[in-house]
Amino acid sequence: MISTIKRFFNTFLLIELLKGLAVTGRHLFARKITIQYPDERTPQSPRFRGLHAQRRYANGEERCIACKLCEAVCPAMAITIESAQRADGTRRTTRYDIDLTKCIFCGFCEEACPVDAIVETRIFEYHGERRGDLYYTKAMLLAVGDQYEAQIAADRAADAKYR
Amino acid sequence: MAEIKNYTLNFGPQHPATHGVLRLVLELDGEVVERADPHIGLLHRATEKLAENRTFLQTVPYMDRLDYMSMMQNEHAYVLAVEKLLGCEVPVRAQYIRVMFDEITRILNHLLWLGTHGLDIGAMTMFLYTFREREDLMDIYEAVTGARVHAAYYRPGGVYRDLPDSMPKYQVNKYKSAAEVARLNTHREGSVLDFIEDFTNRFPKCVDDYETLLTENRIWKQRTVGIGVVDAGRAKALGFTGPMLRGSGVAWDLRRMQPYEVYDRLDFEIPVGKNGDCYDRYLVRMEEFRQSNRIIRQCVDWLKANPGPVITGDHKVAPPSRATMKANMEELIHHFKLFTEGMHVPAGEAYAAIEHSKGEFGVYLISDGANKPYRMKLRAPGFVHLSAMDEMARGHMIADVVAIIGTMDIVFGDIDR
Repeated sequence: MISTIKRFFNTFLLIELLKGLAVTGRHLFARKITIQYPDERTPQSPRFRGLHAQRRYANGEERCIACKLCEAVCPAMAITIESAQRADGTRRTTRYDIDLTKCIFCGFCEEACPVDAIVETRIFEYHGERRGDLYYTKAMLLAVGDQYEAQIAADRAADAKYR
Repeated sequence: MAEIKNYTLNFGPQHPATHGVLRLVLELDGEVVERADPHIGLLHRATEKLAENRTFLQTVPYMDRLDYMSMMQNEHAYVLAVEKLLGCEVPVRAQYIRVMFDEITRILNHLLWLGTHGLDIGAMTMFLYTFREREDLMDIYEAVTGARVHAAYYRPGGVYRDLPDSMPKYQVNKYKSAAEVARLNTHREGSVLDFIEDFTNRFPKCVDDYETLLTENRIWKQRTVGIGVVDAGRAKALGFTGPMLRGSGVAWDLRRMQPYEVYDRLDFEIPVGKNGDCYDRYLVRMEEFRQSNRIIRQCVDWLKANPGPVITGDHKVAPPSRATMKANMEELIHHFKLFTEGMHVPAGEAYAAIEHSKGEFGVYLISDGANKPYRMKLRAPGFVHLSAMDEMARGHMIADVVAIIGTMDIVFGDIDR
């Protein structure tokens, strides 16, 4: 009997709707969590897997030795490598292409690379205006690496002990 | 008298309430559904076939893309199947990490389900609240794996790397002063485990908020109570698993019935519904939020107290650490062998199933001893649930079809594979 009366009043006084409204009202005055994206950024981990880059040693020599492990391990077969002997007798790539339209950003190339040459950087807002623009060649990858080397090196150092 | 014909309506595949690319052909009598015929296959990517041409390691990132709302759980079923064939030992710490991330993923999945299910049947604000919490969980994902969604974190024999001891932080910028950034970073001062622990403290309050908004709400009840009723017998006959089955009152949960990893050491309860309608399934999932939260908390406590390796030391299965790989010839050879040829898995068959957010997700692997599976078959819970669409929707209004799609928690990644 009591519960019937209670339910009657709850129904007609819109109790549960008002409670819900109170939650909404509380959030209306709560601190906002919105991020003004291009100007502010959400935190990004040193492990982030974004755009690829090719790295160089401090003396300017490119790291990649064309062992083709990344090409072999790439699940999406996005990497194409051709290699030849250079004039000084070392083995280097003559072609190192990553097709970013195929890439699934699993990070296996970086995991496989024995000389830390191919890495995935924090960059996620690269773009292309045509399909071909997302076909990254060796020169483009090295340019990314040269531009962001400080960040790349810091991120590898931060994560080195876990790998 | 004029002849009255049923009206056939094409629902989807571009309709936002179909949660992806479901195409439903609805035969209608006025607004009442006479027959619902789901057409699937628009997201077919041949994952099972692709696996036959990939080494065992290379298939792991494809698992993320099956049910793309519960990424790591898919990986989990796959690595369990591979480990079963290999017969390899997984370090206990890796097992705890996996269980913790399975439950984080369950919360992620249920949050998305709650947001979109609410959105579909008229509760707009839920979406905004649930995505706020998802952001925290995705930050955890990113801090640990390097990706917000497609983690590729589990490996046969363990997990890729240990949990880092710092969380990424907000930076000062032109909108936020140092004081404000410091406030935003208060939860992020400690390790990832501290952040997760902090999240488990905050999260039950958020669930309370969701429940205040929905559980007693008369509009929510009108849209869900008595809709899509499946009784326990029919639910079993139709092959339901997960919350769909538990909503009908059958206490079946693989975490309890066939404990894998460390679930037998953890304390949690299995919520069951009573009536088997959309509302009961909603209640079951709401309680699963709390139970998952409890499991995460227990895992965090254990992980804090017990450091150790997170991947097996067998270098025929898992690569050696980078430092040793660069120093020793033997390890370098292992590294090269693993990343080119991959591991050889003994011939045999194995089925591994886990309690996925949506039900029983199973991977059936046949190996002929090569470095690639001979055949892989996936048991996707969503597929089974969707095949009951006709039975559940028959006799309901068109608007209820949307509620039924929502309650099934349809994600097309694993139905179409």
